[in-house]
Amino acid sequence: MEKTLRKYFPLFALPALICFALAFLIPMVWSFILSFCEFSTITDATFVGFSNYVKAFTVDNYFTQAFWFTLGFTIVTVITINIVAFALALALTRGIPGTNAFRTIFFMPNLIGGIVLGWIWQVVLNGVLAAFEKTLLSDAAYGFWGLVVLMNWQNIGYMMVIYIAAIQNVSTDMLEAASIDGANGRTTLFRIIIPAVMPSITICLFLTLTNGFKLYDQNLALTNGAPNHQTEMLALNIFNTFYSRVGFEGVGQAKAVLFTIIVAAIALVQLLATRKREVEN
Amino acid sequence: MKKALTVLLIALIALSGVYAGGSGESSSDTTEIYFLNFKPEIADVYTDVVKPAFEAAYPQYTLKVVTAASNQYQSTLRSELTKSAPPTIFQVNGPVGIAENVNTVAPLQDTEFYGLLADKGMALSLDGNVVAVPYAVEGYGIIYNDAIMRKYFALPDKAVSISSAEEITDFETLKAVVEDMTAHLDDLGIQGVFASTSFMPGSEWRWTTHLVNPVLQAEFGDLATAQAATQFDFAFSGNFRNLFDLYLNNSITPKGMVGSKADADSMAEFALGQVAMVQNGNWAAAQILGTQGNVVSDEDIRFLPLYMGLDGEETRGINVGTENYLAFNKNASAEALEGADTFLTWLYSSPEGKEIVTNQLMFITPFSSFSADEVPNDPLARQVNIWMNKEGVSSIPWVFNGIPSEQWKADFAQAMLEYINGNYTWEQVTKTAQDAWAREAELTGR
Repeated sequence: MEKTLRKYFPLFALPALICFALAFLIPMVWSFILSFCEFSTITDATFVGFSNYVKAFTVDNYFTQAFWFTLGFTIVTVITINIVAFALALALTRGIPGTNAFRTIFFMPNLIGGIVLGWIWQVVLNGVLAAFEKTLLSDAAYGFWGLVVLMNWQNIGYMMVIYIAAIQNVSTDMLEAASIDGANGRTTLFRIIIPAVMPSITICLFLTLTNGFKLYDQNLALTNGAPNHQTEMLALNIFNTFYSRVGFEGVGQAKAVLFTIIVAAIALVQLLATRKREVEN
Repeated sequence: MKKALTVLLIALIALSGVYAGGSGESSSDTTEIYFLNFKPEIADVYTDVVKPAFEAAYPQYTLKVVTAASNQYQSTLRSELTKSAPPTIFQVNGPVGIAENVNTVAPLQDTEFYGLLADKGMALSLDGNVVAVPYAVEGYGIIYNDAIMRKYFALPDKAVSISSAEEITDFETLKAVVEDMTAHLDDLGIQGVFASTSFMPGSEWRWTTHLVNPVLQAEFGDLATAQAATQFDFAFSGNFRNLFDLYLNNSITPKGMVGSKADADSMAEFALGQVAMVQNGNWAAAQILGTQGNVVSDEDIRFLPLYMGLDGEETRGINVGTENYLAFNKNASAEALEGADTFLTWLYSSPEGKEIVTNQLMFITPFSSFSADEVPNDPLARQVNIWMNKEGVSSIPWVFNGIPSEQWKADFAQAMLEYINGNYTWEQVTKTAQDAWAREAELTGR
């Protein structure tokens, strides 16, 4: 059996490998090559060396500005989403009446697409700000907190589901032992539950971190970077660079490569850091 | 094992090749003409009227019309062009559009469609070849509702001596009238003189291109000079501000709220009779007439030029020009290109096509196949015609096509928004416009 499996493994893996190559590997390698080229469509590229990378920083400072904005946004959302999602998960694993209904409702915002969410929240937030004769574009701070609210609303439900699954898996033996030993709720939470669900925390941190960095459609729909590029995040900046001027497609591509490296590096560091804290159940 | 895998891979690739090739050929025996439309407001006319009529007249062709979403034409075109069935006919917005598509535009001097153009000088050339032909002339200014204006001029306590909107011929008078109207909002039954100064993302174009045009024209003179300019002094910045401030201070929407208004909102406010004036062009006629609950009657929709205190503006009319050029894709098949020529010649010279162009697409065309009375039957197109032929008044040509890049427009728009939000002084807006122009001119190789 084992032998047969090994023999046919390449055959069965082939379709997936082809898909992976077509949809991911080839475009990625291709875009890396294009970041060193000047092109208008991807078939007429000419090699220009590192000049795209230089232009990414020298023409304007929107890319660095977008980086700091994105970083700030990601830090805030990673903290808020995970804390709220974890708290909800704790509350909804205690057998409160209507638990399932609550879980479904909290999860639902996740099913709505980013652009639609952006538009909905734009109407809602502009409606609230109208009372003060302001809009989301009046001040970059409104755009920032608007995005934070939106992101929380969309992601909390999803992370909550992951945490619920993890908390339900914490062995009752341990919890019983803890309560017999006289541990109070606080101690149980910090000494038993959190260490036991560490693998889920790793996953949720990873997801919220990369979601925060990669955010595009919500940003586009909510503020489109206004006012004055102050709420422009990395992905939107890359897109705007691509179409802002004749001959700047390569610069956008160079920024995209840098973006990939930055996000991959940060995600790796986070994974290494949280993996260390995981314990065997 | 490895060998088997290789064989399998090759077989798979070969198979998929056969499949792809086969499906491409067997789908139809007609030639497809793919037209990537720029104007969302008339997308339905192309698919519901133009397509069936053309296919009935020329059954050997199928016409595929795709419309890019508002403000997304460049990006849509870019991705469509790389596909295996790229657009045959696409739109360029002027010299900048040609520069973006140097490797795509086909020579047009031998086409019948180019032959229809009345003034051959209006076409755009590249390296001695004609590559883009304009298909619609447009005009814009301040659209006003004459019913409300008549009501104002009939007021016993009006502060101006003139008695009709047609007597407004300079900024001084316009300002006096508008400010006095703001003082009489309740008497006039309106909520503001001007419609919202829309600044929702994607709705800033009325200011970054149109409103700045008279200023560009005053500084550069003509399009060719603007196109070559490495520097923009914004010498008439104060004039621009005159009118811009007038819009903002006498608007239905308070300054803080402009970020939530789209240009469609502005047009709706005008159509519903909530405001007396809105800056826009004849293409907006469909928007006004199509608004549910439209209270403005056709004969009350009129144009005023963009008066902003420039020298000699009494003799200047509305802004008339075009940024609507059609180009052919030289990478399309010879049959498709021939079909494209047949299609456009049919549309702009056959009686059936001309009827659609005039009454449903509502274009004022630059083609010799149209007689002087074949102008669209919408009030704004008629107004453009009146202004173009007005005694002692000359139209302002569209110089804004010489703006070096999209980035300049974006930067200028954001600076204006910061000014509205109170974070920038007007001097900072002026400086942004100057600096961005110099930078963009250099980056685009002027």
